[in-house]
Amino acid sequence: MTTRIFGSGIKRREDPRLITGEARYTDDIKLPGVLHMAVVRSPYAHANIVSIDSSAAEAMDGVVAVYTSDDIGDGLAGLPTAWLIPDSDLKTPEHPALAKGKVRYVGDGVAIVLADDRYRAQDAADAVVVDYEELPAVIDPEEAAGEGAPLIHDDVEGNIAFRWVMGDREASDAVFDAADVVVSERILQQRLLPTAMEPRAAMAQYNPATQELTLWCTSQNPHIHRFIISAVTGLNENKVRVIAPEVGGGFGSKIPCYPDEALVSWASIKLGVPVKWTETRSENYLITIHGRDHVQHVEMAASNDGTLLGVRATVYAGMGGYLSTAAPGIPTILHGLLYVGPYTMGSVFCESIGVMTNGTPTDAYRGAGRPEATFLLERMVDNVARKIGMDPVEVRRKNLIPAFEDGYEVATTLIYDSGDYPAAFEKALDMAGYGDFRRQQKSAEADGRYLGIGVTAYTEMCGLGPSQVAGAVGFQGGLWESATVRVTPTGKVQALIGASPHGQGSETTLAQIIAEELGFPVDDIEVIHGDTTETPMGWGTYGSRTTPVTGAALAQASRKLKDKARVLAAHLMEANVDDIEYADGSFSVKGSPDQAQSIQEVALMAHLAWNMPEGMDPGFEESQFYDPPNFVYPFGTHIAIVEVDAETGVIDLQRYIAVDDCGPQINPEIVAGQIHGGVVQGAAQALCEGAIYSDDGQLLTGSMMDYCMPKADMFPNFELGETVTPSPHHPVGVKGVGETGTIASTPTVYNAVLDALAPLGVTQIDMPLTSAKVWSAIQSARA
Amino acid sequence: MQVAITVNGVVHERDVDPRTLLVHFLREELDLTGTKIGCDTSQCGACTVHLDGKVLKSCTLLAVQADGAEVTTIEGLAENGEHHPMQTAFWENHGLQCGYCTPGMIMASAAFVRDNPGASEGEIRHYLEGNICRCTGYHNIVKAVKQVADAAAGA
Repeated sequence: MTTRIFGSGIKRREDPRLITGEARYTDDIKLPGVLHMAVVRSPYAHANIVSIDSSAAEAMDGVVAVYTSDDIGDGLAGLPTAWLIPDSDLKTPEHPALAKGKVRYVGDGVAIVLADDRYRAQDAADAVVVDYEELPAVIDPEEAAGEGAPLIHDDVEGNIAFRWVMGDREASDAVFDAADVVVSERILQQRLLPTAMEPRAAMAQYNPATQELTLWCTSQNPHIHRFIISAVTGLNENKVRVIAPEVGGGFGSKIPCYPDEALVSWASIKLGVPVKWTETRSENYLITIHGRDHVQHVEMAASNDGTLLGVRATVYAGMGGYLSTAAPGIPTILHGLLYVGPYTMGSVFCESIGVMTNGTPTDAYRGAGRPEATFLLERMVDNVARKIGMDPVEVRRKNLIPAFEDGYEVATTLIYDSGDYPAAFEKALDMAGYGDFRRQQKSAEADGRYLGIGVTAYTEMCGLGPSQVAGAVGFQGGLWESATVRVTPTGKVQALIGASPHGQGSETTLAQIIAEELGFPVDDIEVIHGDTTETPMGWGTYGSRTTPVTGAALAQASRKLKDKARVLAAHLMEANVDDIEYADGSFSVKGSPDQAQSIQEVALMAHLAWNMPEGMDPGFEESQFYDPPNFVYPFGTHIAIVEVDAETGVIDLQRYIAVDDCGPQINPEIVAGQIHGGVVQGAAQALCEGAIYSDDGQLLTGSMMDYCMPKADMFPNFELGETVTPSPHHPVGVKGVGETGTIASTPTVYNAVLDALAPLGVTQIDMPLTSAKVWSAIQSARA
Repeated sequence: MQVAITVNGVVHERDVDPRTLLVHFLREELDLTGTKIGCDTSQCGACTVHLDGKVLKSCTLLAVQADGAEVTTIEGLAENGEHHPMQTAFWENHGLQCGYCTPGMIMASAAFVRDNPGASEGEIRHYLEGNICRCTGYHNIVKAVKQVADAAAGA
């Protein structure tokens, strides 16, 4: 028996091309005769466009054309919002690819320039003269929903794009009115800049003879991009080919279809030559979606003995100047439904108000709604503990849902698939040495040193999701995946998937699933993705869904092949099918082990088809469409230990312990990598990241000089542990792990810092916890 | 302007627009697209190359300033068809995910370890401040660099 490939932390199959610089990302691809597009962008957050003069730009060397919204006319339809939350009085204001008469955020496109060189295109864009009439702007979502705020879209009254209510307000009031203890806090979930290291890019090539458009772009979901590009250009979907080549991270920011992809497509159709656009980082910060941006008014009710009774919140969620592709689903379905977390709490209520502002549009950013829910929950649990004088760990321990193996319905109506929250919780506390830490903390305080610990228990829903649920909640698509396992005559495997990984290592993980199911060496398996013409339909890589959903499709397609192979092997060996035994890629006859057919031999015979059983078709290839019956619910406990320097406000993150349960780990190294990266992304929200706007809507953190990206020296080595609770409904039991780190780490680090500051009387600081803010809070508390 | 720049051992003579950044020269003129662009402000380090043996962010230099220099990019790091030890260490330690920061990260780390064999974890983390990764949380990058640093100290 060879080492089992499933569960082995093998090296990634995608790495040889990445460590040598041979991988080709969108901007690396060149086409002869390509024109470069630069976009003239609004310098104002809110303004009427009075006039546009492009004559000087048009006269410049190398410039082929300058186009405005008037030139496009009805050549491009507005960009659609594709998550239409029902029963929320949703308004979907028009989102033209180039602004028509009015700009609504800094960076809103006003005109495009096509030139033979990217430097010249940018020069010409700078030479387009736009006369604006500036209007008052509003950035804060709560302010934008208030009286007298400037109206951003004429057809979105009061700037309120939707109002979504979850739960029964009166029932919630009754719980809160009767509770021993109610704690409350205004929580600011600051805007974050996703910052995939590869900026977005798009290149379109239209062939007038065949009327086919090929679009290379930085996409997490090329099939959705094809769908939308077809819709906005009017080309038939089968004449649009979208290719997501190597994609350098997404974190949600490469889910939406943006104006830029539509504009290169339109320009290529118009001019009949390839057109390319690559954003700069400054442009990325202005126009690629931002994440979070909630103002939350949160309350939690509890008994004096620490029993959690209910949570409720009013959320003002900033949508920015337009409603991005999936935006309405983020602060609603993906947020409110997580309000119970891992606890036995019986009452939940959420009113989430989507508000148009003059900021960059927001949309899904790693975790998407679930970090914002987990943060408020964990923050309030700590507040309850403080109020009743109980150890926050005891409060959590008392309220954790006990272990369950197959289905647990919670107050939000979700049915969690499986979990053993207490096991992960106790394991993490053991790893951290919780009891010892509390003693150290006391003695450190006596020396004037401030240590703190934050403990987060979480669960989350991912592996999005059953399509029926998607339809019921207004998602304008399915959420199944499909896959084809194709074996060549020589016994090599091509696995074609509709999802579109962009850094997750799925070429390796998914190959390990096939290797486990069929016994092919993992090096003989190629996972092919990202090209709508080569791959079967799929809805994309986001929501921690590729391993759970695509992985299930591949496992099931592999099992179909195995069934076929078993029948064919029996036929070839003149044995009864029931007498065929399978092990490690070999089919043998029970009792005569010398009689065997390898999977490769069977594949060859299936292709030759010289001697097939009655009724069996030739070939060795199977496809599977897989629609998950439920979400998957990974869970765990994260713990952070910090020391805060009370004289400077500087936070030292000393230890970080993460115990996560994502079911059986296919490749533990890849799982660990997802957790490491997620933890840093979430911890950085607590510690340093935050998009800052001026009152008139200028993004002040518009480059990496001003926006605090997490760096290597801000973090310790992470201490990871795991428990393994398989998902009962999944063919190989796995749950998603792409977002857990981000979901758990923000409250963990935040609560650790506030724990350290408790002796100093500090009870609340808006994120991010920069040293300046921490220092000021200490001074205020002392005063 | 005429320039002659040796890149990965080959001399390239070109007539370039004086404002062309070295990174654009490498990517557009020479089609060496392994060197990436991740910011406009020299923070991210995705464009890191070696210039006359020193670590350099190639977005901070004009191509004309590199006239007569020897440049090594990620494509030129391997020798005799063998990965550089830093490339191997990144692969073995899962020191990359999306791969976009990786060429710059490897170029910076290779020069750092060459000059600082036996560097400590703290020194590595401090040095890597000039290279930003959004995927890995740095944990496995630090592990990879430490592996090469330890091996270099032992040699």
